[in-house]
Amino acid sequence: MPDTTFDVIVLGGGPAGYVCAIRAAQLGLKTAVVERDKLGGVCVNIGCIPTKALLHSARVANVVRHDAKRLGIETGPVKLNFGVAMKRSRVVSEQNSKGVAFLMKKHKITVINGTGTLTPGRQLEVDGTSYQAAKAVVLATGSRVKGLPQAGLDLNGTTVISSDEALLLESAPKTLAVIGAGAVGVEFADIFNAFGTTVSLLEVLPRILPLEDPESSDAIAKSYRKRKIDVLAGAKIINATVTKNGVTLAVAVGEDAKTIEVDQVLLATGRAPNVEGMGLEAAGVEISDQGFIKVDAGLRATAEGVYAIGDVAGPPMLAHKGSREGVNVAEAIAGQTPHPIRYDNIPSVTYCHPEVASIGLTEEQAKDRALEVTVGRFPFSANGRARASNETEGFVKIIRDAKYGEILGAHIVGAHASEMIHELTVARESEYTVEEVDLAVHAHPTLSEAIAEATLDAMGRVIHI
Amino acid sequence: MAKKVVMEALSPTMEEGRVVTWHRREGDAVKSGDTIAEVETDKAVMELVARTDGTILRVVAGEGDTVPVGDVVAFIGTPGEELPAPSPAAPSPATQPQPSPEPASAAAPVSAEPEPAPLPVGPTQEPDGQTGRVKASPLARRLARDRQVDLRVVEGTGPGGRVVKRDIEAFVAAPTPSVSIPTGAAYEDVPVSQMRKTIARRLVQSIGPIPTFYLTAEADMERVAEAREALNTGNREPRISFNDVVLKATALALARHPSCNAWWQETHVRQWRDVHLGMAVAVEEGLITPIIRHADRKPLAEIAREGRELAERARARKLVPEEYTGATFTLSNLGMYGIDDFTAVINPPEAGILAVGSVTTKPVVAQGAVVVRRRMRVTMSCDHRVIDGATGAVFLQTLVQMLENPLAMLL
Repeated sequence: MPDTTFDVIVLGGGPAGYVCAIRAAQLGLKTAVVERDKLGGVCVNIGCIPTKALLHSARVANVVRHDAKRLGIETGPVKLNFGVAMKRSRVVSEQNSKGVAFLMKKHKITVINGTGTLTPGRQLEVDGTSYQAAKAVVLATGSRVKGLPQAGLDLNGTTVISSDEALLLESAPKTLAVIGAGAVGVEFADIFNAFGTTVSLLEVLPRILPLEDPESSDAIAKSYRKRKIDVLAGAKIINATVTKNGVTLAVAVGEDAKTIEVDQVLLATGRAPNVEGMGLEAAGVEISDQGFIKVDAGLRATAEGVYAIGDVAGPPMLAHKGSREGVNVAEAIAGQTPHPIRYDNIPSVTYCHPEVASIGLTEEQAKDRALEVTVGRFPFSANGRARASNETEGFVKIIRDAKYGEILGAHIVGAHASEMIHELTVARESEYTVEEVDLAVHAHPTLSEAIAEATLDAMGRVIHI
Repeated sequence: MAKKVVMEALSPTMEEGRVVTWHRREGDAVKSGDTIAEVETDKAVMELVARTDGTILRVVAGEGDTVPVGDVVAFIGTPGEELPAPSPAAPSPATQPQPSPEPASAAAPVSAEPEPAPLPVGPTQEPDGQTGRVKASPLARRLARDRQVDLRVVEGTGPGGRVVKRDIEAFVAAPTPSVSIPTGAAYEDVPVSQMRKTIARRLVQSIGPIPTFYLTAEADMERVAEAREALNTGNREPRISFNDVVLKATALALARHPSCNAWWQETHVRQWRDVHLGMAVAVEEGLITPIIRHADRKPLAEIAREGRELAERARARKLVPEEYTGATFTLSNLGMYGIDDFTAVINPPEAGILAVGSVTTKPVVAQGAVVVRRRMRVTMSCDHRVIDGATGAVFLQTLVQMLENPLAMLL
């Protein structure tokens, strides 16, 4: 008879759920994770990790095709094989999923394979077996791709696909329309463009990467157009005709009407939280107007002893946000008082080329809030390391409070922006001002010097420009 | 075998330390080098680190306990193992009772256990001898400097009790405590910190049993004068005097600065939430200080009436002891004798007394021009064991602000 009583049962083994389970186990709680598919969730299996593998292939393809000769490397004709890149990305995902399984074992966490249903009194039914959580049930069921029925585009798995299918394609389509230019859409446009696909990138809002600072959006739009990606911001789909062999889109871009014929459409217009068919209503767990599980500041759901974390608990739908929520909830269940999450200081990253990374407010948002700000900027074209490695696109932009120097927002476009943003994340979390960031000596030559220079620029004393 | 964790000499002059917080609890696993507690020394709050790997089996010294250097504060070992019986030699008065059984056989090897080697002072930050170390973020420091907030009085909510931006904002925004909200207890006893002990001991050696220093400020009384004229129009009774306004403003300022509304009690400082304001009254052959109780909460007219009545009965020697004992602060006014400024002698255990001079008309420079204004000088005598220069200065600043803008008293 297997054990059916635990201190904590986590429903969902993605980056929120499995991290929560590990932290709970570290704190001495007897913990189980219920997972219906593979450990690691969307992030590891069909999200963050495999796209990064493909983006790396894309980056190498672009370097070999466009830059190698300048760097003194002559190659023969370059052949691109998306299927091979895809298979490598699957291997990476599988390795990572196995890594999560190992971590579960290491921390003596019981993994229950199956679909869980919540029942009142902190209980979960999994395939006919009832499990009891003595302290808490943590809901970490994540989110899934969704179609765009209002535009006549339902996911069909062949000509209208989501990231789920795009990550498993054997070959790159000849022509592709990516609808939605948030992080996911922008990354896939980058990948398929590098593999020879003719890509149109459509965004209904006035600019791509609409949550980023307008300067970041502009930099990526410019870079993409240079690479012949058709960037269409402010594009409204009037009509969509889906056939077996392709899709025809009638699009209005401002005053202009446009017809786009493509082999495939990739929908990247957002994700839907997984809240259905898991007994939430009967167990007293309420859903918010936006469709997420309703939680308080401590991530407690409306039923006693039930918490929700990750995508299902609300935006931003980011793996690292979910993981931190998992840690905090585990600590709260163990009776600790965790450091509260500063949701306005969670880095947002798009891993396209050049990369885009940011924290905090955009310049627009700061001005909308009538904050008195000073903006510091530094372009990578003035950075020695960037020039040496032939990666001069982009900039660092820092928005500081005019009076006290508080870092209100930071935006980086450039190679390795995803890595560099954390200097500013740490600074902002610790309430360092622009002055403290500059006071720390930055190694030369590094891309990070651009951060120090941007803080100097925000203080009116930039050196290298 | 369980290892003792002892109070270490964290500074060259440290003889005892007060456990401020335990970072780890009984049952927690620790590694050598982990910070397990914060200890307040005579100079600063410093970290006590584990010198061995293992599990904290027992915490002997509770938070707030003062422990001599070398005494045991905790034991680290493997869960389940026996602990040494409490040492019969010198149980520190600060240690908690240990309900452990004492099997004589098991205790034997423990006595042979080597004491942890004397440990070097860690490379911790240089404590600031004047103020101790306050944990605060750079941004919080800037905000505090700009808004004239004393970081030491702000409760930090950041990691490890660090003062962060929201704490400064909350502190600035908070309604001044105990002005309008009657609190449960009449006072709060604040333990005398190691630093305060050192200050007290050194200053007493220096200038006598009550180490007094003096702070003088001058207030512009034009607006008080105008307010007084307005309040005293017609035959309204009671007539409001300058002294009544000063009494009221002092009481309100004390309510906002409980650190000045305090008694020195040797082992602790009693910070009064209530303001019981003594007023020195000259009587034949001497002086007596009847008390206006809860002066911060009484309307000006009530203060005037009560003050007048108490002074009359004082001169008639009709006060009962309850009416002249238990003041939290005292005010002495010689303005009516034409004294511009003077110093008053502290009435222990009170930590301060305010000497009020006369309201005089004199030339002052305002906006680059010489103008004639009514001015008044006040001098506060402060017991340095309780009140530091900056603390007293901030209190006087509040008082002067209220006198220069009497409407602020309505807030």
